[in-house]
Amino acid sequence: MSRANVIDLGYLVAAVLFIVGLKGLGRPRTAPRGNLMGATGMLIAVLVTLVDQSILSYQFLAVGLALGIAIGALLALRVQMTSMPELVALFNGFGGGASVLVAASSFIEINELGNSTGQIAVAAAVTSLVGAMTLSGSMIAFGKLQGRMTWNGFRGLPIVRILVALVSLAFAVQIGGFQPESQLSLWLLIAGGFLLGILCAVPIGGADMPVVIALLNALSGVAASTTGFVLDNSLLIIAGSLVGASGLVLTQIMCKAMNRSLFDVLFGAAPSAVDAGDDIYGDQVTSTSAEEIAMLLEIAERVVIVPGYGMAVAQAQHAVRELMQTLHASDVEVSFGIHPVAGRMPGHMNVLLAEAEIDYEHLLDMDQVNPTFKRADVTIVIGANDVVNPAARNDPDSPIAGMPILDVDDSRTVVVVKRSLSPGFAGIANPLFIADNTLLYFSDAREGILEVTKALTES
Amino acid sequence: MTLLIAFTLFTLAVFLGLELISKVPATLHTPLMSGSNAISGITLIGALVSAGADHSTLTTVLGFFAVVLATINVVGGFVVTNRMLSMFTKRKKRES
Repeated sequence: MSRANVIDLGYLVAAVLFIVGLKGLGRPRTAPRGNLMGATGMLIAVLVTLVDQSILSYQFLAVGLALGIAIGALLALRVQMTSMPELVALFNGFGGGASVLVAASSFIEINELGNSTGQIAVAAAVTSLVGAMTLSGSMIAFGKLQGRMTWNGFRGLPIVRILVALVSLAFAVQIGGFQPESQLSLWLLIAGGFLLGILCAVPIGGADMPVVIALLNALSGVAASTTGFVLDNSLLIIAGSLVGASGLVLTQIMCKAMNRSLFDVLFGAAPSAVDAGDDIYGDQVTSTSAEEIAMLLEIAERVVIVPGYGMAVAQAQHAVRELMQTLHASDVEVSFGIHPVAGRMPGHMNVLLAEAEIDYEHLLDMDQVNPTFKRADVTIVIGANDVVNPAARNDPDSPIAGMPILDVDDSRTVVVVKRSLSPGFAGIANPLFIADNTLLYFSDAREGILEVTKALTES
Repeated sequence: MTLLIAFTLFTLAVFLGLELISKVPATLHTPLMSGSNAISGITLIGALVSAGADHSTLTTVLGFFAVVLATINVVGGFVVTNRMLSMFTKRKKRES
C-alpha cells in the first residue's frame, strides 16, 4: 500500500470516529465514550499526517505540538467550572485562528509554487474572513465573560460595521475573481475579518452570550471546513462541516429559547434597557429572612430550585447541594428547573450543578418542569431574572414578550434570592417580584443559601 | 479532488451533523460544544503540513503558530470535555 493510501485510509477511519463520537456525545450514557472516540480519531489523523512526504523537517512540529499539549492540558485541568464559558470561548477562538494561519500559509506556498487557482483563492478568502472573525469575536466574548471588558461600542458602530463588511467583501471578490495571487489582499482580508469580529461582538450583552458562544462554535467548524477546500483535504471538510452543523443546531436552540432571531442578536434590536432603578417596585415588595424561608421549607413537600447566572457568579452550587441534601433528609422532594439560556453558555447551569455532584436526573428542562410548578410548595429562584419574568408571557409590549419562561409564579410560594432589585441584563422590570406569592430574600446567593440551610438544621 | 466532490462532501456532512445533534438534552450542551470544538481543531493536520513543508520562513512560522493554537484547541477541548463528563457520571457510580 502506498503512503498516500495509508493517509487516506487513516483519514477515513478518523472521519468515521468523529461521526460516531459526535453521535455518542448526544446521550448522557454514551457521551464519555463519544468524546474518547473523537480524541482517538484525532490521534489517528495526526499520526498518519506525520508520514506525509511533504513534511520534511520535524523539529518545529515537535516543539509546536509539545507547547500546544502543555498549554491545552494545563488550561483544561486547571479551569474552574464557573469559568467554563470563558474557556470554551477561548478554544473556539484558537480553532478559528489556527484555520486562518493554515489558510494563509498554504495560500502563500501554493502561489509561490505557481499553482494558484481561483478556487483555492476563494476558499482562502472565506477562511480568512470567517476564521479571523471567530478569533476576534471569541476574544471579545472572553473579555466580556471575565468582566474585564465593559465597552459596549459607540454610536456609529452599525454603520462602521457595514462599511468594514463591504470593504472586506470587495477584497474577497478581488482575490477570488481577479487576482488569485494577491498576498496583500489576503492580509487585508484577515485584518477586515478581525475588525468585523470585534465590531459584531462588542455590542452584545451578557444575556445573549449563550447564542454567541454557540455561534462561534459553529464558525470555528466552518473555518476548518473551508480550510479543507484550500488544502484539498476531505477530512477537514467533513469534520469542519459536522462541527459547523452541530454548532448551528445549538445556536438555533438558544435563539428559540430567547424568542429572538440570530439576526436580532447580532445586529442590534437588543431589548432596550429601561432605566428604572429600584423605585419601580416601590414598597410592593415583600422581603423575607432565612428563618422564614426555613419555616416554609419545613412544611413543604415539593421544592423546585431555579438557578441563574447569579448562582454562577456567587459560586453557590455547593451551598445549593447542601440545601438539597438537608431537604432530602426530611423527605422533601427537590428538583431543579433549568432554562436553556440560564447562565452564559448553553448548558452552563448543568455543568455547575454536576460539579457540585447533583445527579442530572434531578435537573429538569423547561418543558419538563413547567407543568410541575403548580404542585410545588416552594420555588427558590437563585440569581435568575429574565428567564422567570412573567411579563414575557402576559405583557405583549414587553421587550421580551413571547420568550418562553419558567412559570415559577404557578407555585404556591416563590422565594427569590437576589442581591438587589436591579433589573436583569435585559434591563426589564420583573412583575414576579411584586406578585402576592413572591418573597424576596436580599442576599448573596451563596451566603443566603448557607443561611437557609443553617436555619433548617437548627430548627 | 474536484470542486464538485468537495462540495458534495461538505453538503452531506452538514446534513449528517444536523441529524446527529438534533435531540441532545440540555445537560450535554456544554460538553457537546467543547467536544465538537476539539474536533474542529482538525485544522491541526493542515498546520502540521504547513509547518513541516520547509517552503519558506514565513510559511513555516505561520504553520508553527497554527500547530500551537490547533493543538491547544484539540488537547484542551478533549481533556476539558472528559473532565466535565466524568463529573456527570461520578455520582451515578457512587450510588449504584
